[in-house]
Amino acid sequence: MMNRGKNPEKAYVSTTNACKLCKPLGACLAFRGVEGAVPFLHGSQGCATYMRRYIISHFREPMDIASSSLGEKQAVYGGGANLKQGLDNVMNKYGARLIGVATTCLTETIGDDVPRMVREFCQEAAGPGEEMELPEIVTVSTPSYSGTHMEGFHAAVRALVEQLAQGGEASAAVNLLAGLVSPADLRYLREILGDFGLTGIILPDFSETLDGPAQLDYEKIPAGGTPLAEIKAAGRSRATLEFGRCLSAPGETAGRFLENRFGVPWHPLGTPIGLRETDRFFEVLEELAGRAAPRRHALERGRLIDAMVDGHKYLFNQRAVVYGEEDLVVGLTSFLVEIGVHPVLCASGGKSGHLKAALAEVIADLLPEPPLVLEGADFSQIAAAAEGLVSPPDLLLGHSKGYHLARRWQLPLVRLGFPIHDRFGGQRILHLGYRGAQSLLDRLVNAVLARKQEASKVGYGYL
Amino acid sequence: MKSAIFAERQDQIHRKGEAPFRMDCDRESLAGAVSQRACVFCGSRVVLYPIADALHLVHGPIGCAAYTWDIRGALSSGPELHRLSFCTDLQEMDVIFGAERKLYRALVELIERHQPKAAFVYSTCIVGLIGDDLEGVCKKVAREKGIPVLPVQSEGFKGNKRAGYRAACQAMFRLVGTGDLAGIGPASVNILGDFNLAGEIWIIRDYLARMGVQVVANITGDGRVDDIRRAHGAALNLVQCSGSTMDLAVMMQETYGIPYIRVSYFGVEDMAESLYAVARFFKDPAMMERTRELVREELAILYPKLREFQQALSGKKAAIYVGGAFKAFSLVKAFRLLGMQVVLVGSQTGTKEDYQELHEITDPGTIIVDDSNPLELSSFLKEKEVDLFVGGVKERPIAYKLGVGFCDHNHERKEALEGFVGMLNFAREVHNSVMSPVWRFVPRRTQGLQAARGA
Repeated sequence: MMNRGKNPEKAYVSTTNACKLCKPLGACLAFRGVEGAVPFLHGSQGCATYMRRYIISHFREPMDIASSSLGEKQAVYGGGANLKQGLDNVMNKYGARLIGVATTCLTETIGDDVPRMVREFCQEAAGPGEEMELPEIVTVSTPSYSGTHMEGFHAAVRALVEQLAQGGEASAAVNLLAGLVSPADLRYLREILGDFGLTGIILPDFSETLDGPAQLDYEKIPAGGTPLAEIKAAGRSRATLEFGRCLSAPGETAGRFLENRFGVPWHPLGTPIGLRETDRFFEVLEELAGRAAPRRHALERGRLIDAMVDGHKYLFNQRAVVYGEEDLVVGLTSFLVEIGVHPVLCASGGKSGHLKAALAEVIADLLPEPPLVLEGADFSQIAAAAEGLVSPPDLLLGHSKGYHLARRWQLPLVRLGFPIHDRFGGQRILHLGYRGAQSLLDRLVNAVLARKQEASKVGYGYL
Repeated sequence: MKSAIFAERQDQIHRKGEAPFRMDCDRESLAGAVSQRACVFCGSRVVLYPIADALHLVHGPIGCAAYTWDIRGALSSGPELHRLSFCTDLQEMDVIFGAERKLYRALVELIERHQPKAAFVYSTCIVGLIGDDLEGVCKKVAREKGIPVLPVQSEGFKGNKRAGYRAACQAMFRLVGTGDLAGIGPASVNILGDFNLAGEIWIIRDYLARMGVQVVANITGDGRVDDIRRAHGAALNLVQCSGSTMDLAVMMQETYGIPYIRVSYFGVEDMAESLYAVARFFKDPAMMERTRELVREELAILYPKLREFQQALSGKKAAIYVGGAFKAFSLVKAFRLLGMQVVLVGSQTGTKEDYQELHEITDPGTIIVDDSNPLELSSFLKEKEVDLFVGGVKERPIAYKLGVGFCDHNHERKEALEGFVGMLNFAREVHNSVMSPVWRFVPRRTQGLQAARGA
């Protein structure tokens, strides 16, 4: 297996231009998708500030992340007092109904027992005889030295259901755990569920909190997000749909937890990008709703296939490099092989160990020659692998951090996922479903056409 | 609605004229208050980052490297090694067993691969805890590879950004004094505290060249290791920015007897005064005459172009929240030149003296704030009916969400704001935000309209 670029024997110990982010960032994004929640990092002040800037630059929205702001003294004697003071301040000033506390490498290494500190905080805050309504405090362990932002994201989602969901009388709701998708994707998913007549509990839901309207007043906590009551009710839902083939392959996910603990039937699905993965998603919805897909979605599917036909010659055998989060790469690859694009290199900074198998599943018999797959890769490895290919690639798909390679190779970059730091509207990119596939198809064809037009001496205005 | 101000922070906020001036600052950020500050590591990274032919290796987890990868507008006229993000990407086993061996191997392979003139190794929170002997590894690699390998003691939790500035200066100071002084004339300076954002240091170097002043080292914008090594040959250090490189200037004065002056290249007054101060220092009448001529020439170009902006912006209200207070001084003056009224000014890391000076140069009623946060800033913007907010990326969404114009004056900016030409760019940027028609449609304008219609 090739997983270290074209020189497998030379394994660099250092990382150059990472294709991943750290674990607490993912947890903060997930917590931002809960109604009334404030993400809180137990660590030094810089972590919160760096992540805020990184997230703000993508969403162009306020992103308040509280911090326990540990200093040297606390690093030696423990961060409990700062954590409690911070929780108190967030509770009082922000009026948080949920505080999502994620740890950092600092507090993991000094060995702070955060769940115990939170229990103490709640006991002290409640005090004898005092009537005080405390916010829910959900804790998640996210040391930056293990895993990527995606592991942090999923760990936070799992912590939310583990610490809040309750069992009881079955409800008609359907849990939808969509992963790190865009606000536009989340709005579209809600629309789909609604059209099927299903009540959805989408967790997390930052469709409004990270893409909200202009305001008269600064909202301390932006409106929107999955209501707390819904998270609590998630243990009573009739089913859980969870996106991500790499995610669902191993260990305990939020969806699997809900099944094991409360008997909520679990439907692990691939992230619905492209035709077949979306078909699978719709099949489950049809089954749950007991009806066929509403006409407008059937029409969108029909239009997508029509457009795939219209565009097939432009795309056939275009060689693509796809990089980013594992499940995004799997979804994109699944769509690319449907439209005749040849993914020659699929790379991720994540290393769940399941990328290669998940890719093989979605590629099925649609590709004569499998792509080169890099797990746990940085951009220097991606570059080396791409430059080592027998035929060079024609285009790149991924987030903004691959732009330097697109520029070096003078290739189009179709920007997707997170972060989009060098274009406008990253929060509104649609990736999922028939509609997302349509939009992606249009962008891909246009990228190929633009490149052809620019390279042409003639300069046709009619292609 | 509850007040946006934390009780613990009340003495870090002053309203000029309401009480005798008294302000507290230089404290640890309040837990849970969502400070806009970063950390020690950030301070070091900011200062050293633009040294373009050095290897910058982050010894720590991936986040610290990823969030500082190529985010600044610090340009280089040659090598661009600083734009790559190198990291030891520490994993669980490294934390348990120590990561000295990994650091050693990372340094060796990266130095072989990129042939840098020096390497800076940034310590992070985690390294401060597991106790890796950074100094020892750096020494060993320096010996083997024959280049300076400099540890930067920038553990995130050991203070605030200013401690990071100091760590960066200490690392650079080890380079100073190790280079050849050939070719350095008597009228020579080092430029400290300019990071060549959007090519700004080239504007300043052009002015100095026209005055007949030689620049020995850029510290650190468009910086080069070999220049810093011979920086002790300069006759004078010009120090900009709020203390980011002040420690280096002080160390160079103590060790090499090089005097320094504090300068600012923002705004007309401070830009001109900075150049005059250099000319005065060299006590050369011809140089002074050339400087006067330069300022005359530049102003003759600038003023007519500024007029249109001044007319449009006159009477508008501005708010300032920046990292260091020194920049705020210049911004207050620059807004005055545009006819705008500054109603709020604050910084992340100002000192007592800084706030005293802000108090002196601002108008009555101005809010002065240290280490603020989104809740406070948004409430001040609204209270003061601000038209334009100047800050960085983290302040921008606060302004935009409330329908307030914004000008980016931080390290990410891609517009040159220094020098006389920078003043014009600044005026244009402020103008383009304040005068946009979009503000007519935001709630803060339309709600008033609705209320008026209803009445």
